[in-house]
Amino acid sequence: MFSSPTVRVSFLFVAIALVALLFADIAITAANPWKDLGRFFMGIVTPDFFSSEGVAVALLRTVAFAFVGVALGSLCGFVLSLVYRNPVVRTFCAFIRAIHELFWALIFLQFFGFHPLTGVLAIAIPYAGIFAKVYSEIFEEADPSPGRLLPPGTGVVSAFLYTRIPDCWVQLRTYTAYRLECGLRSSAILGFVGLPTLGFFLESAFSQGHYSEAGAMLILFYVLIATMPLWVKPKLLPVYILGAPFFLGEGLPIVWGNVERFFTQDIIPSPLRNGDGVGGLVPWLGDVMANEALPGIWNTLVLTQIALVATGLIALLTFPLISNHFGGPVRRTGGHVFLVIARSTPEYILAYILLQLWGPSMLPAVIALALHNGGIIGHLIGRQSSAIQLRPDAITGFNRYTYELVPRVYRAFLAFLFYRWEIIMRETAILGILGIYTLGFYVDSAIQNIQFDRAMVLIVITALLNIGVDILGRFIRRKLALQTMPTC
Amino acid sequence: MSGFDLSGLTASFGGERVIGPLSLQVKEGERVALVGKSGAGKSTLISLIHQQVGRTSSLVPQDLGLVNALSVFHNVYMGQLDAHPTWYNTLTLIRPFSKDSAAVRELLKDLSMPEKIWVPTASLSGGQRQRVAIARAVFRKADMLLADEPVSALDGPMSHLVMKLMSKRFPTSVVALHDVELALQYCTRIVGIQDGQIALDEYSERLSPADITPLY
Repeated sequence: MFSSPTVRVSFLFVAIALVALLFADIAITAANPWKDLGRFFMGIVTPDFFSSEGVAVALLRTVAFAFVGVALGSLCGFVLSLVYRNPVVRTFCAFIRAIHELFWALIFLQFFGFHPLTGVLAIAIPYAGIFAKVYSEIFEEADPSPGRLLPPGTGVVSAFLYTRIPDCWVQLRTYTAYRLECGLRSSAILGFVGLPTLGFFLESAFSQGHYSEAGAMLILFYVLIATMPLWVKPKLLPVYILGAPFFLGEGLPIVWGNVERFFTQDIIPSPLRNGDGVGGLVPWLGDVMANEALPGIWNTLVLTQIALVATGLIALLTFPLISNHFGGPVRRTGGHVFLVIARSTPEYILAYILLQLWGPSMLPAVIALALHNGGIIGHLIGRQSSAIQLRPDAITGFNRYTYELVPRVYRAFLAFLFYRWEIIMRETAILGILGIYTLGFYVDSAIQNIQFDRAMVLIVITALLNIGVDILGRFIRRKLALQTMPTC
Repeated sequence: MSGFDLSGLTASFGGERVIGPLSLQVKEGERVALVGKSGAGKSTLISLIHQQVGRTSSLVPQDLGLVNALSVFHNVYMGQLDAHPTWYNTLTLIRPFSKDSAAVRELLKDLSMPEKIWVPTASLSGGQRQRVAIARAVFRKADMLLADEPVSALDGPMSHLVMKLMSKRFPTSVVALHDVELALQYCTRIVGIQDGQIALDEYSERLSPADITPLY
């Protein structure tokens, strides 16, 4: 068994996670965690849809920010994808997508304040980087032969419109629709930094102990995502996109003086600002590295590796729930509902809820990351396993799982897992805002202390860390010859 | 002016020479059939010629190169994308002008499939797809046709119809064919390819099917 490179790599990652567990801070610190969890579930089963008009407004704003942000992101991403071969564009896109939506929101909040533009750009910028990459991959996979047959002298635009767009249309549409779903989740969590979307109302309901109101919001959010195929129709899209900007809310006006101050003073490293010159920069950077960056990086890595393996375990445990190789429609329906909930709930919201209930430690973050990402991979692998044809006399039960199914889906499973490695790390960093000591914690504290220069350094370090993991993940996938589609 | 005079044509795949070095001269008004067993290098020769004379020729490759998501009309119209400005082509993608659709319909009538004009090419049969690729080549109005087995998926009467149309529309052509009778009937000159070299080069009227059989 250990002769297979995929198995060896898997065990290597399990070993790393076990070592990381020794250093991780895993604990339940709340005085009464199970009672709170019980009250929360009571809230879910007794949702109060009419407690306040806040619920409806929250959902409307969430949808509006998602539409405007994703539309803008996909437009810019499309333009960028046309010049994606350029290494400068490639690097630029890798950089902007390595910075999480919430970090972008935190940056824009400092100078645009609570203006709707903050939320729109926080979604649009990282999404543009992602769209550029995926769109260009889709275009590259298009059949090149029609393009070669065009009469010489055909304009570039005409050639593109006739030979590329029609061939890629279905994939472009599917991927953009998938990203719109992601956009709804991103939009929802922007509320946690104060924008008027779901997260804001959820946080206030939670902090006041209004569990039924929070339950209602979560249920409506699931319904909103699950019913997307019904209300997002190609013909209605122009209406949504043109109408959405009018439902972003008023926010607060932009103070242009703040914008200027941010760029000319706030983000200039303090030794330069205070006239200590370049010589003062070294001790300053050393201080940031030793006291903030390195502990942040260490905790981010530890948490990421544990969450990665936990994600894999959840995916392997849950995919049989929806696979049609195991009996019973009841189990399959239940499995689908569970996986839809797991993957529709943003990690951030899950982590927030669990932190409220269990107190601060890495445990809620691990569970949240594993449930969300494991739900996504479990769903994809389960669907894939249903397409496998087994011989009629194949063994049943647990042996079927271990002998027939897992070996067949394992490569795809690893491909998805390594694809999501970078995503898990990006989320791990951001969960620091909730009080776990990952990079996001230090970014958030620097901003609280009005040290934007430090915050910017830490955000750039986070981005570089993500880019590094992305490259490593791609290297491992190539080494093991694992294929994956972009839509994961 | 059409026709060409090419020499030193060679092609290799993975270090192994599949064609040439060979020379081929085709005069205006000649209709050349390339014959020979599969794997002899006919397709390679066609694409070599296309690389050299590209600008003045219409190509029908073996894999047809259709855009499956587009309708038959748009695939045929692509033969004239260079003749119109970009805005015109963009509008045509959304809503074709009646002048163009009439011209394409005429052409499809000659290929006896006018009713398929608005059907996406993805839903056509192999023979219908082949005719769409030929219609695109004809619509391009080039002087010379380069075609690689353009009638391989068509039945007897239909292949005669298509060969007739191609001889009428293109003064000069180089067509790879495996059907010896069609080659003798519609082409003025037969070039036999064997192991990447020209093994036979003769006017059709001086040949009988029996002369060509040794190539296979």
